[in-house]
Amino acid sequence: MTILHLCLIFSALLFSLGLAAALARSSGILVLLGIELMLNAANINFIAFWKFSPNPENGTGAMFAIFSIAVAAAEAAVGLALIIAIYRHQSSIRLQDANTLKG
Amino acid sequence: MTTFPIITLLIIAVITLGITAVALFLKNIIHCSILLAVSWVGIAAFYLWAGAEFVAFAQVLVYVGAVSMVVLFAVLLTQRKQLDLEKLTGTVGFRELGKLAAAMVATVLVIAIATTPLTGSFDAINEPVITVRDIGIQLRDNHIGALLIVGVLLTVALLGAVVVASAEPKTEE
Amino acid sequence: MPSSIDILWFIPALPLLAAFIGAISTQRMRSVASGSALSAMAVSFGLSCIALKDALAAPGVHQVNNFSWVSVGTFNLQLGFLLDPLTAFMLVMVTFVGFLIFLFSTGYMKGDENYAKFFCYLSLFAAAMLGILVSNSLLLTFICWEVVGLASYLLIGFWFFKPEAAAAAKKAFITTRIGDLGFLIGLIWLHSISGTQLFYNNGEGFLETINLVEATAPALFAISAIGILLFCGAIGKSGQFPLHVWLPDAMEGPTPVSALIHAATMVAAGVFLMARVFPLLEFGSALTVVAYIGAITALLGAVIAVAQNDIKRILAFSTVSQLGYMMLAIGVGVWEAAIFHLLTHAFFKALLFLGAGSVIHAAHHEQDIRALGGLAPRMKITFATFSIGMMALAGVPFLFSGFWSKEAILHGAHTWSVSHIPFYIGLVAVVLTAFYMTRLMANVFFGKPRSHAVEHAHENNWVMTLPLTLLAICAILLGFLGTPAFPWLQAKLLGKDLSGALEFGKIFEGPGLMITSIVLVALGLGIGWAIYGFRKRERFGDADPLEKRFPGLWSALEHRLYFDELYAATILKTNSLLASFSDWLDRWIVDGAVQLVSKLGTLLGFINRDIDEQCLNAGFNETAEEIRGIGNTYSKAQSGDVHGYLRVMAWGFVAIVILVSIALNI
Repeated sequence: MTILHLCLIFSALLFSLGLAAALARSSGILVLLGIELMLNAANINFIAFWKFSPNPENGTGAMFAIFSIAVAAAEAAVGLALIIAIYRHQSSIRLQDANTLKG
Repeated sequence: MTTFPIITLLIIAVITLGITAVALFLKNIIHCSILLAVSWVGIAAFYLWAGAEFVAFAQVLVYVGAVSMVVLFAVLLTQRKQLDLEKLTGTVGFRELGKLAAAMVATVLVIAIATTPLTGSFDAINEPVITVRDIGIQLRDNHIGALLIVGVLLTVALLGAVVVASAEPKTEE
Repeated sequence: MPSSIDILWFIPALPLLAAFIGAISTQRMRSVASGSALSAMAVSFGLSCIALKDALAAPGVHQVNNFSWVSVGTFNLQLGFLLDPLTAFMLVMVTFVGFLIFLFSTGYMKGDENYAKFFCYLSLFAAAMLGILVSNSLLLTFICWEVVGLASYLLIGFWFFKPEAAAAAKKAFITTRIGDLGFLIGLIWLHSISGTQLFYNNGEGFLETINLVEATAPALFAISAIGILLFCGAIGKSGQFPLHVWLPDAMEGPTPVSALIHAATMVAAGVFLMARVFPLLEFGSALTVVAYIGAITALLGAVIAVAQNDIKRILAFSTVSQLGYMMLAIGVGVWEAAIFHLLTHAFFKALLFLGAGSVIHAAHHEQDIRALGGLAPRMKITFATFSIGMMALAGVPFLFSGFWSKEAILHGAHTWSVSHIPFYIGLVAVVLTAFYMTRLMANVFFGKPRSHAVEHAHENNWVMTLPLTLLAICAILLGFLGTPAFPWLQAKLLGKDLSGALEFGKIFEGPGLMITSIVLVALGLGIGWAIYGFRKRERFGDADPLEKRFPGLWSALEHRLYFDELYAATILKTNSLLASFSDWLDRWIVDGAVQLVSKLGTLLGFINRDIDEQCLNAGFNETAEEIRGIGNTYSKAQSGDVHGYLRVMAWGFVAIVILVSIALNI
């Protein structure tokens, strides 16, 4: 068990917490936050691998994390806008109510 | 010498995970989002521990500063009557099934990580530090294209968010 | 001063930039679109002239500029640019003719609401064509080749609101796609054998290593097959038999497009490709196929052109026929003559099409030669330039370029060692070409006007007549680049010195041949004038003199020998036959089995009605209910519930990880 293992397990647990939130909460906002947490867990992996990489002076992992954060921010903005649109349409943010596409 | 960073890492990890776990299962959405902001601070602390200062700043600025504010606004805009105490609806096993799935994923992931042999210098603590100056040079020299594309992406995403959120259904009555 | 090989990529890049500008120009910025397209072509023309100067300084040398495109492991794919006299001549021709056509278009398309879009497409087309010319890699050629196909689709279907234009665009796209499939297969096969896509690479390109291949039977077979597959691509693009059907239909596009497609670019691409990979073709036995296909096409196009009534369709079929000549020349091994004819043809055919465009524009979009007539005094410049183009195409001796290039091809065919059949076919096509062009001239420019619009036709303004004049001058002068006495062009293309005793010998050796072909041309012109010149058509509805004499043959020719109908009857029929077979299978075998079972059940029930009624009924009901239940279950999967989807994904992930670890014994 190395330190890298610890970091990865940290990230895996955070990922699973995010997944649990996305699966078990019915509020659209919290589902979105769960997804954000999963993205964060991925970033943690980037940073951890960068820290223990053979030549960290390149900073590739850190750059990747920065871009990933930027994209996550864009995703959050669009996602929350979608939730507001759904709310206006259904007057509810429960995802179970947004089932117009039901088969 | 090597124990201290490990202890720091463990403390950060335990606190972050604990706060996140509590946050995600509170009933009040506002409390959830505030606690989640704290957990993002924990992640930023991890970045600091790993020596990626700029990423930590970006994390604090983007998540703790911006995203949590947007989330709070979204919560306030979508609230009806009293604070949105999430009423338990859906099928009986809804939450339990979800939690079970997440737990299985966690188990599988942890086993996979623990059984992966990572040999080499992964035990030693190296102290890479990437300064803001380095990041700037990297962005300017190697990643200028990606930077521009991300800029465009953010602009487009924000415009799209405005359009989506402000679209009024025309036939209201 | 960078050498011209390094700036070669500018030549296609500039029209591409113009296409981009055209794409983002709004309706109000139409002059921006046309201006950028014109100036891009002008600058490209200038660069091409510099490139030609450099290439001519060292004929026989292939300057290359290669770069690595994809490099994965040991797999390294290179693209590159190539400059040699062949490329350079073609570049100058395409940019020059292209520029004139663009200029003409500014007048012709003046009133169109999609003016900017039109120049965007034109520039894209020119960019892709120039890309083919400068490419040093079969793959890059293929990429540009497909872009040419796309641009031609867009241009032919430019007036997409006309159903015929939309159908013609679709037809052109799909027909050429059949050939392109062969091209693609050949390209991949070639790569698997030679491991490179480069034509020339300082001794390592496949055209250079081809000579080192041992002439064993499998190698010969493979290389012949590759050659024929590549030729398939050329068949599609250059409108060769049996894929020529799209070319005449492509006349539905605006006339400048017809000029661009038929004269300078798209159809030239196939011939150019064949000339480019000539060393490869030469190695195997693909050339024989090329020669015969070319000969058949030359004859077929000329025969069908005799009985067409649409001025643009006549020109289209004459293009088919002339392209057949070029392929014939390549097939018999004189590719330099093919390129010579390609160059002269580009000029006089662009001239003819633009002249036709001028006529059509003046006559308010009347294209039927039966309705035109008597235009000679009304449109003097158009008449004069069109006549020059017509005489060049017909091969009127000595003064006109078409004569010299056609002569070079016939000479090559005459000396071909394998067979003389293509040569005789070529001679027949010479007569026919002179004949149908005379018919066209007599009907359009002489006699009296046969419709109201034509009576009021008048000459167009300078943007349309200037290109005509310039092209007419070129159509005369260009021939003198390659006369047998002074075969400058051929020598430069081949990179050899051809002057001297050998060539003078050829003149005196070949007068018999030359005299034969002059006599044949005179024959064609004479018959044509005898039939159409002296007895002029009086009214629109008058039948053609030949139609009265040979009604059956005429109607067959008028319907283009029923090729479209043949394809409709065979390929399309096969397709729909397969479809109806599947339908039949479904209806009778599958459904029949079901019916049988149910009939059996009914029968049983009928026999044992009293006993079994309850039981069977219940059983059928049960089954129906069951089926409905299954349907319901499946539709439940589409719950619209995001959580459900996500949960399934999570379970799926776990399952996959477990399965993989079991499978890998971890």
